[in-house]
Amino acid sequence: MIFNEIYSAYYNAVAKIIAEILRGETDERVLERIVCEKAFGESMLTVLPSLKSEKWQLVKSDMTTPIKHPPTMPLTLTQKEWLKAISLDKRIKLFDLDTKWLDDVEPLFCPEDIYVYDRYSDADPYDDEEYRKRFRMALSAIKTKTPLRIRTVNRRGNTVSMTVMPTTLEYSEKDDKFRLLTSGSRYGGTVNLSRIVSMEECPSVRADFVDRPLSEKRSLTLMIRDERNALERAMLHFAHFEKRAERIGRDRYLATVTYDSSDETELVIRVLSFGPLVEVKEPESFRKLIKDRLKRQKSCELF
Amino acid sequence: MSSYSELIKNFERIRSYMREFYVYGFKSREDYDSKSARSYDDERRRMESWLGEHMSFVRTPEGKNVFISIDSRTSRHNPFYKALKAKSFTDGDITLHFILFDILHSPEAVLSLPEILDKIDTYLSGFSEPMVFDESTVRKKLREYMAEGMIIGEKSGRRMLYRRAETACTKDLCDVLSYYSEVAPCGAVGSFLLDKEEGGEDVFAFKHHYITSAIDTNVLATLFLAMREKSSVTVTNKSRRADEPRRSRIVPLRVFISVQNGRQHLLAYQPEFNVIKAFRIDYLSDVKLCEPTPRFDELRAELSEMQSRMWGVTTRKNRYGEERIEHVEFCVRVGADEEHIIRRLEREKRVGRVEKIDGSTWRFSADVYDSGEMVPWIRTFICRITAVSFSNPSIEKSFWGDIEEMYRMYGVEEDEDDI
Repeated sequence: MIFNEIYSAYYNAVAKIIAEILRGETDERVLERIVCEKAFGESMLTVLPSLKSEKWQLVKSDMTTPIKHPPTMPLTLTQKEWLKAISLDKRIKLFDLDTKWLDDVEPLFCPEDIYVYDRYSDADPYDDEEYRKRFRMALSAIKTKTPLRIRTVNRRGNTVSMTVMPTTLEYSEKDDKFRLLTSGSRYGGTVNLSRIVSMEECPSVRADFVDRPLSEKRSLTLMIRDERNALERAMLHFAHFEKRAERIGRDRYLATVTYDSSDETELVIRVLSFGPLVEVKEPESFRKLIKDRLKRQKSCELF
Repeated sequence: MSSYSELIKNFERIRSYMREFYVYGFKSREDYDSKSARSYDDERRRMESWLGEHMSFVRTPEGKNVFISIDSRTSRHNPFYKALKAKSFTDGDITLHFILFDILHSPEAVLSLPEILDKIDTYLSGFSEPMVFDESTVRKKLREYMAEGMIIGEKSGRRMLYRRAETACTKDLCDVLSYYSEVAPCGAVGSFLLDKEEGGEDVFAFKHHYITSAIDTNVLATLFLAMREKSSVTVTNKSRRADEPRRSRIVPLRVFISVQNGRQHLLAYQPEFNVIKAFRIDYLSDVKLCEPTPRFDELRAELSEMQSRMWGVTTRKNRYGEERIEHVEFCVRVGADEEHIIRRLEREKRVGRVEKIDGSTWRFSADVYDSGEMVPWIRTFICRITAVSFSNPSIEKSFWGDIEEMYRMYGVEEDEDDI
């Protein structure tokens, strides 16, 4: 039901091509660009040739089409059911979504069908109207490129004010939290949305908001010993990073993971969770971070 | 002559290749021994076509290893959805699709099958060798679209009249779709909707974002349908412990999603053994809906009750209803300026209790089906663990053995000796 040609990249490309032709656009370079944007690397070899050769009888060889209206497709039942399902999610209140038209639709899934068992429990306060207002303001400011004056409470409980240019809302599924990525503040480019206590738009602020890199990229080489299914567990666990892997022995594998330096402490913890089945090989500085923790553990005199 | 196409009819084969290329990425062509070399070449070429910028290769003594590498924090849209947009079709399918929706361009256009057939012929008359669609082909296509909810068929006397379904107002959905297509189950459906939106901005990014589940979308959607219908299903399960895939009848009860290890499990009742157990969704295929089961609500309630003793996905309740519970507890040292450790214990625990023992010691304790599932989490507190105790002696022995081995691995003991 979901793997269906009606959702295919080719259908999307053809719909756009027909719409362009109806607008009077027949320049093949423009149409080829549509194929590149809407479909895949090798689609150029198929889509336009199939239309031009009248294999797909939608565009004639003189680049006219018998189609009279720009192609549109009604929503499918699956699409409506999925929209209904997300309308039942607690975070939907962040968005101003009218779901009355989905009243008669059964959801594809219900909240009771799913259990996220390892998400941290201190999620952002999605029921808090003030939080939702700030979320929407941030969303709008990102799109309109409007500076924001925000006040946050830092970890020590102190209030900090700053004027920033919001660029992105970053969501962490593990933390169930949003962070506002910004440029232009000397206090740091990332602010937890739930730590913001006030926010106002400052369209009149004229400043050069320097886009500071959030953090530097570092790489880490891990040796995985494939016991107790460690290989699969580790490769899946680190799958969301840019990574490279190679086999170096019968049950030994090397994985090189690229990460943001700001996430180093988290990564130390994640490597530790694999115990002796994942060993840090490089860099020595990261290896030392693990070693330091082990030394401190030994000082706990458990043995 | 090569019959290669970048489109595919069956998703199952590419599903396993994508997983291998993305999750592992160290296998050479020869390692894919269960499939033919031709098949490997075709699937690799398809993935290069869909995911070009994310495909890389390295040369090793074992050969050329092709792999997919994606930093999902910088990729705003799950690239794996592209695979779900590569379904093959016939020349007739695509031609008929656009002509039908042009004939039925608004809900006010209401036509019978003969009228639609006449119009189709008119659309095609300008081509040098016009396609011919017979009545049964067009009726079949209309029925397909009726099943998808895109076309409404209504009887008028003895005639069936067809019109397109009302197009709901989906304006301003761009933000909702950008977010939920990445975080909601079956997010590919959101991505299909997003494909129709023009000019939306990518305002969201995602951290700790596991994207592999995209390739399990079809399986997951059928399991959701089964839960909605309170039905059992038959599935093929290719678990890593079994040499051969096994066909089973199960009652899907709930999908357990991990946001820390990228795995998704189906917790299901297996009548054959009278147990509720976990099945890896990426190991399941060929899910077929069977009949509704009157026990669904009772079984789901039983699972909900069991969840207070589950750290991960393991259940230990045998066919006679007897449970095996393990106790685990550990203490951590917390310094004066280390309030965050207490917060970590509180927010990261899934079941169990956190208690203050004295001014600098906190204890976590829990009773669970499988204390082994908790070991990786306990290890994250290495550097401050002052006591650990498992009621399962083999887990306790393994825990200590692992710590000892880590000391040796990182030369902690040698350094101690140096002192």
